[in-house]
Amino acid sequence: MDDNAARPTQAFRIETASRASRAAAAAACIVLLVLVLLPLVAGRNLVQDLIFLFYMLALAQCWNLLAGYAGLISVGQQAFVGLGGYLLFALTLLGGVNPLLAIPIAGVVSALFAFPTALIVFRLRGAYFAIGSWVVAEVYRLVFAQFKPLGGGTGTSLTPAVTSSVPGIESIKALLDLRTPAARDIVSYWVALALMTATLGFVYLVLRSRRGLALGAIRDHEAAASGLGVDVYRIKLAVYVATAAVTGMIGALIYLQKARISPDAAFSVLDWTAYVIFIVVIGGIGTMEGPVIGAIIFYLMQRYLADFGAWYLILLGTLAILIMLFAPKGLWGLLSERYDVTLFSTRRRLVVDGKNGRA
Amino acid sequence: MTGWLDALIQGALLGGLYALFAAGLSLMFGVMRLVNLAHGDLIVLAAFAILVVATKLGLDPFVAVILASPILFVIGFALQHVLLNRTLGRDLLPPLLVTFGLSIIVQNGLLQTFSADSQRLRSGAIETASIPLGGGIAVGVVPLLTLLSAIAVILVLNFIFYRTPVGRAFRATSDDLEVAQLMGIDINRIFATAMGVAFVVIAIAALFLGLRANFDPTIGPARLIYAFEAVIIGGLGSFWGTLAGGIVLGVAQTIGARIDPEWQILAGHLAFLLVLVVRPRGLFPRALD
Amino acid sequence: MALLETRNLTAFYGDFQALYGIDTMLERGETIAIIGANGAGKSTFLKTIAGLIHGADDSVLLDGAPIGAKPAAEIVRRGIALVPEGRRLFASLTVEENLLIGSYGRKARGPWTLDRVQALFPILKERRSSATPTLSGGQQQMAAIGRALMSNPRILLCDEISLGLAPIIIADIYASLPQIKAEGTSVVLVEQDIVQAMKVADRVYCFQEGRLSLSGRPRDLTREQIHRAYFGA
Repeated sequence: MDDNAARPTQAFRIETASRASRAAAAAACIVLLVLVLLPLVAGRNLVQDLIFLFYMLALAQCWNLLAGYAGLISVGQQAFVGLGGYLLFALTLLGGVNPLLAIPIAGVVSALFAFPTALIVFRLRGAYFAIGSWVVAEVYRLVFAQFKPLGGGTGTSLTPAVTSSVPGIESIKALLDLRTPAARDIVSYWVALALMTATLGFVYLVLRSRRGLALGAIRDHEAAASGLGVDVYRIKLAVYVATAAVTGMIGALIYLQKARISPDAAFSVLDWTAYVIFIVVIGGIGTMEGPVIGAIIFYLMQRYLADFGAWYLILLGTLAILIMLFAPKGLWGLLSERYDVTLFSTRRRLVVDGKNGRA
Repeated sequence: MTGWLDALIQGALLGGLYALFAAGLSLMFGVMRLVNLAHGDLIVLAAFAILVVATKLGLDPFVAVILASPILFVIGFALQHVLLNRTLGRDLLPPLLVTFGLSIIVQNGLLQTFSADSQRLRSGAIETASIPLGGGIAVGVVPLLTLLSAIAVILVLNFIFYRTPVGRAFRATSDDLEVAQLMGIDINRIFATAMGVAFVVIAIAALFLGLRANFDPTIGPARLIYAFEAVIIGGLGSFWGTLAGGIVLGVAQTIGARIDPEWQILAGHLAFLLVLVVRPRGLFPRALD
Repeated sequence: MALLETRNLTAFYGDFQALYGIDTMLERGETIAIIGANGAGKSTFLKTIAGLIHGADDSVLLDGAPIGAKPAAEIVRRGIALVPEGRRLFASLTVEENLLIGSYGRKARGPWTLDRVQALFPILKERRSSATPTLSGGQQQMAAIGRALMSNPRILLCDEISLGLAPIIIADIYASLPQIKAEGTSVVLVEQDIVQAMKVADRVYCFQEGRLSLSGRPRDLTREQIHRAYFGA
């Protein structure tokens, strides 16, 4: 028999990038450059708004990785935001560490805390994990409320000596002819932008790796993935600890920017989990694009509607329910289904050369 | 020594309240595998409903609950039929997020309507009445009634589950959704009925919540957490386990409070985490499952 | 008019088509058997009739009335009961409770009461308070059949009732069929055990990869015909 007959007549490739995603990557570089240079011309309000947008987006990507990919629906990520914030305060106020150095340390320590935490809450499955993670966040809150050196239940503030010790403030003051608070915001802005970009990059790389494939398998069918030799527990643990580290760093940054911390604010389920869930759900869970869209929508709503107080929150809750019922894949899901586009191409596509077929 | 004994007794009585919180949650999970993140807020909502009925009609809260129960059954039935049944399926996320959204709506709806002020249900002399047990220990009548009501609720729930056709249908549906339908069970209706019953339990829990202490629109999530802890400590699948879980939680909290008043809640959480580490399936898990 | 008829019945699991244009007929008092290899679509066929999988409403007719898109609970009320593959008794109900719940949706008057079912399978009376997982496979199968009978169905659908049982037990279970038929119940059997199916059925249908490949009276069919219809040419 002819050797060639046994071979497929068409060649197959596995692709992770599409033309749209390559264009998107180029566009992302340009957007990033614009964002880096923006504070040189933008006003202080816009800079502050964007800091908020950046850290909410970074938190949303972390939660998305947890819930949308690893199937760990946590309602307790405020544990690590608050932990990161408190670590920053402890390191700078009590330990005299430079704030910028304190942020990565807060990340490492958050990961160290996340490990034993996971060993306990992972005993709860599915929906029970959600409430279990919430209990853990409450424990963290109550413990820090007992910690008198950082103000106990009422909290404390960063001293001006600490807030102005962030490297770069002096040179920006001189360069742009600004007062200290404005210069401080610009440094925070760059740190937030860097952290947000790094988070996006981290999530993207995780999803494109072999681990990412395994995550998809877990999300689609945990028992089957386990049967195929995916070590579900270890992968979930790794994702939980890694997102805790990133969330802790974001928390440290948030409270460096806020310069005032209290247990109730730092471990707020509304601020650091409910809003984050809203962002992910409205944009589209299980995609990288979804949280980006969700964060922008949330930012706009927060900016223009937050004054309505309780009514605003009722609206958010209602929107989340409607999206979950009628468009469970979120806005990005609706868009990508209609136009078949992906920007962050984390899915692998089977490409048949010579044809345009996809599987 | 008396102090510790007192803490133990008061803790067990407090546990009755937690068992009432937990019974509704346990019922929802038992029948439809629904983990309702709005459970605590629904209890607070029911407390406000009792308050309004009691003040507007000039009724005693106990009478108001009896009047409100059929209405709450219908509300629960409708909530499940119209909203929550649409979310149930293989995917965990929709029910969790829809009830989370519901929690935010209820909480802020109450804030908008009643403001953040603390409220309390008033029922005359019974509120402060207590029975002396000797040795300086006294038991409040309302806390005692709370525990007795929890026991009564569990007896009734067990009767419904194990002695009536609808209870058989609850258990069958929980066992195997598909085959339950082959028995002619309309699962949407069965789920809605279960939620209706859960709402009546919620109303009873709300009555004692409001009689025992002040409440305001923001305390719902903490009640959800206590209910959840009681369910997990007791072990899934048994209402008596839930009562035991509630009592363990209540005792842990009062003992913690006796060491330092600020440690009350933390002590309860730590007891929960300890059980999770030592006996992850709870203290009294159902044999099967 | 036939009691039950399927007309051009198709069924899907998501995008996967499991049945292609199946035409069958069941007369009053008749027993038909559906045979075929694994994956031929036999169980899907029963599930579609029972309302667990929905097709076009007029692709299943009961007394001429369309029921193809009706929910399972409604189908039971109209008098069709399914004994599901693998028994699937309710584990948290006792044996007797499993029987009692069989009449939950259809409380039709008829020959089958708790006493009658327990008389048909005496072991179910003996083990009435047992937890179902403690029953043997054969006892579980009897409980599953008894549970379906409790709704006094006009049509009893049986999915692989001999699966995984010893021959002597299979004989016991099949011995109950004449009594069930004697009450006027029509029966649709899905069987992999061809010999057993041919013995009790008035007519057989053979499925192959979701299509009807053969039908007829058992005595009119040759071994070769069945072999070809079963395994393909």
